[in-house]
Amino acid sequence: MTADPVAVPRVRRSEFGHVLRNAVRTGRGRVGLGLTLLVLLVAFVGPFFTPYDPTAYITTPFAKPSAIAKLGGDVLGRDVLSRVLDGGWELIVLATTATLLGVALGALAGVYAGYRRGTPDTVVMRAVDVLLAFPQIVFVLLLVSVVGPSAWLLVVAVGLSHAPQVARVLRASTLDVSERDFVKAVEITGVSSGRVMSGEILPNLITPLMVELGLRMTYSIVIIAGLSFIGFGLAPPTPNWGTMINENRIGLTLNPWAAIAPAIMIALLTIGLNTFTDAVTRVALGVDRGEADPPAVASAQVPIAVGAAEETSP
Amino acid sequence: MSVPPTPKLRVEHLTIAATRGTEILQDVSLDVYPGEVLGLVGESGSGKTTLALALVGYVRRGLRFAGGAVRLDGVDLLGLPEDDLRKLRGSTLAYVPQDPATALNPSRRIGPQLREALTFHGHDDADAADRVGELLEEVGLASVPNVLDAFPHQLSGGQQQRATIAMAFACRPAVIVLDEPTTGLDVTTQRRVLETVGQLCSRYGVAAVYVSHDVAVVGELANRVAVLYAGRVVEVGAMADVFGAPAHPYTRGLLRAVPSPDRAEHLVGMEGLPPRPGARPAGCSFAPRCPLAVDECRAAVPELMAANAAGHTARCIFVGRQRSTRGSVEPARMDSTPTSDDAILVVDGLDASYGTTPVLHEISLEIPRGGCVAVVGESGSGKTTLARCIVGLHRNWSGTIRFEDIELEPGVHDRSTEEVRRLQYVFQNPYASLNPRRSIGGLVAQPVDHFAKLGRSDSDRTVRDAIASVSLSVELVSRYPDQLSGGERQRVAIARTLAVSPSLLVCDEVTSALDVSVQASVVELLRRLQAEHGLSLLFITHNLALVRSIAQQVLVMRDGRVVESGPVEAVLDDPQDPYSRALMRDVPRFAGTRGI
Repeated sequence: MTADPVAVPRVRRSEFGHVLRNAVRTGRGRVGLGLTLLVLLVAFVGPFFTPYDPTAYITTPFAKPSAIAKLGGDVLGRDVLSRVLDGGWELIVLATTATLLGVALGALAGVYAGYRRGTPDTVVMRAVDVLLAFPQIVFVLLLVSVVGPSAWLLVVAVGLSHAPQVARVLRASTLDVSERDFVKAVEITGVSSGRVMSGEILPNLITPLMVELGLRMTYSIVIIAGLSFIGFGLAPPTPNWGTMINENRIGLTLNPWAAIAPAIMIALLTIGLNTFTDAVTRVALGVDRGEADPPAVASAQVPIAVGAAEETSP
Repeated sequence: MSVPPTPKLRVEHLTIAATRGTEILQDVSLDVYPGEVLGLVGESGSGKTTLALALVGYVRRGLRFAGGAVRLDGVDLLGLPEDDLRKLRGSTLAYVPQDPATALNPSRRIGPQLREALTFHGHDDADAADRVGELLEEVGLASVPNVLDAFPHQLSGGQQQRATIAMAFACRPAVIVLDEPTTGLDVTTQRRVLETVGQLCSRYGVAAVYVSHDVAVVGELANRVAVLYAGRVVEVGAMADVFGAPAHPYTRGLLRAVPSPDRAEHLVGMEGLPPRPGARPAGCSFAPRCPLAVDECRAAVPELMAANAAGHTARCIFVGRQRSTRGSVEPARMDSTPTSDDAILVVDGLDASYGTTPVLHEISLEIPRGGCVAVVGESGSGKTTLARCIVGLHRNWSGTIRFEDIELEPGVHDRSTEEVRRLQYVFQNPYASLNPRRSIGGLVAQPVDHFAKLGRSDSDRTVRDAIASVSLSVELVSRYPDQLSGGERQRVAIARTLAVSPSLLVCDEVTSALDVSVQASVVELLRRLQAEHGLSLLFITHNLALVRSIAQQVLVMRDGRVVESGPVEAVLDDPQDPYSRALMRDVPRFAGTRGI
């Protein structure tokens, strides 16, 4: 009988799924993920449950928390609770878009430079060096102050400011992977370099890539919130956590919640993301192991370097 | 041989388990006598390194001593406080690790590293200086100029290993454990290191344990042998008894798999895989692979049974019973494969270099259609570069390579798809040559889809046929490389190349990363495929003993030149070049069964 008994799967396995599952099993991973999800829940579900219109004036400026306004009033007498609930989603959406853009750009440049070597490598990496000469926030300020604040520019500027650092990390990982025999084995069949990069190299860079995403995400949040704080970010009157801290810091003694509540949200989100990313990195590097998983079958492979631990703050 | 009265080191019912409970070593008992080398043979995963470390009172992280004792002159090492143990290690107990490059501190000179071992154990400086000179003499490093001022990287691999051996012998230990100390070395260096170890042990009455996967090396050096399988000692006895009249079926299988440098034979691999720790069967752990196994084997772990009066014992119920356990160890001789005169590949005057450094000089070779040519050489001889020039991975060469009467361009991207398809390359290390993110099916399908634009069902069929032709189960298509053993991975790597119907296969050290029983089955697979598919082979190896089992022609390479070439029998039986003569002389052979 010749009925095909077994179809031949071409699918690739994501190693990252495995790493992620194990990371969630570590204590560090649980705490990080928990904090992140908590803040995301507030930011995305919160807007549907605001007690008042976040831009409506419902009490006196810097009113103490009361039955009317649970977290008191802000600088113009708007409800702090409503503004905290509504002030996160835009920030997070912008930060996510900027991060995706930056990591994608950086990964593309890094993998290309690392795989092609020679002149392309030199050109890309020297360009990266030049960009890295500007502190990230200064670079973004430069762009934003030239063109003026707008949401899309914020995304592009923050994204671009991430790209060089991501490129450097991904180039290092690519250098390592592209020397492996399995890459050579495909090269000698005469496959084009584009397909070698997308089919052989990229799938083996998922872990460093995801770690970069997590790390850059926290930086994006801090930068966008920071820009809003100094007035170059999202425009009033729509609430956002960064602007709220700035607006309300003058009333810190009258109603501290007006400035502290948004600050706590930003802190929880970045701490959560950072902790979770850290857990992922540690699992990927083999420092930690998920508790419930049996040790992987012995393998002679060196884990692919995750070059994320080089900077700790933006 | 008269048995010395008291053992220096005595292992009693030693059990080592993972902290989570899985037993790695089970009920191991061994005696090591002064002046004797005990060879400890086992394949990967048998627990031999765990045992070697336990002999110096050490367990790796994640493992723990779960029972038994390791007694040095009657004192149980496992019960000693860490401080006392540290004083013993280096002075009374010494350990030589596998890889000298990682065992020596790369940022310190050899002299201070040697002296440290001495001064730590109470020698004063002047005394230590004298002793260092003596040590260098003993391990044959004295003639190396300024060796004490050298950093490890300035020494060759053999010299580094001598330095670690000197450190181990520095305080005249009573017990020395050597964990595969010659694995990375070429045969001539290996021979010298083995001789040094043998001399030092007999001169100073040291009780030595030599751990190795290489049966031939153990056969050269050891007085007694213990065979380890799945965490248990399955056979132990005098070397001549164990290798000459093996009593355990596993030992017999192992010996059948070892290629001989002196005769062409069919190698016989063993079916199946050793059980993983935690998945070991009840009863005899070899029973699932054993041709003799009966129900009684699966019921309980067999005791060590005496095979003769001189202390040769084996963990097999058939030892000493009426039913003969004597399967033939004598392997079948091989007929030489007839080959045509028509050459499939002709290399003429090939010079290659890395940058401006020349690595190959005037290489010429011919591979007859359907034949196998072996290239033999030690590391650094340029044999891998030669292979990579031929397949187009290394482009910096001049000369001509004609493949099926077409002259090949240097780089693979300048060659026609058809040329690339018909000339395939199998990599040395199957742990590195398979993309860990692709399924086995995806790995084999990749070249198929690239070369032949087949429909999905035709392509699937080709993939399945290729996997079946290397004797793997088709069910493996949805597995991933890390779920396979080394031998299975290498079969997948070979299936990848077969799937596109090549006419010439370049095999670069394809068995060097594999255990000997696995090596035997991979070599047999290649021979079978060669016959079935009319494949021609270029078989590159550092292992002279393998050459006879597969090739008709052989080239001996040294420093990028061919020093000798010709038919296998002529070159190996009567080598003309002094270098090939040295190679043949130094390759380890067993003194055991094979001579009969």
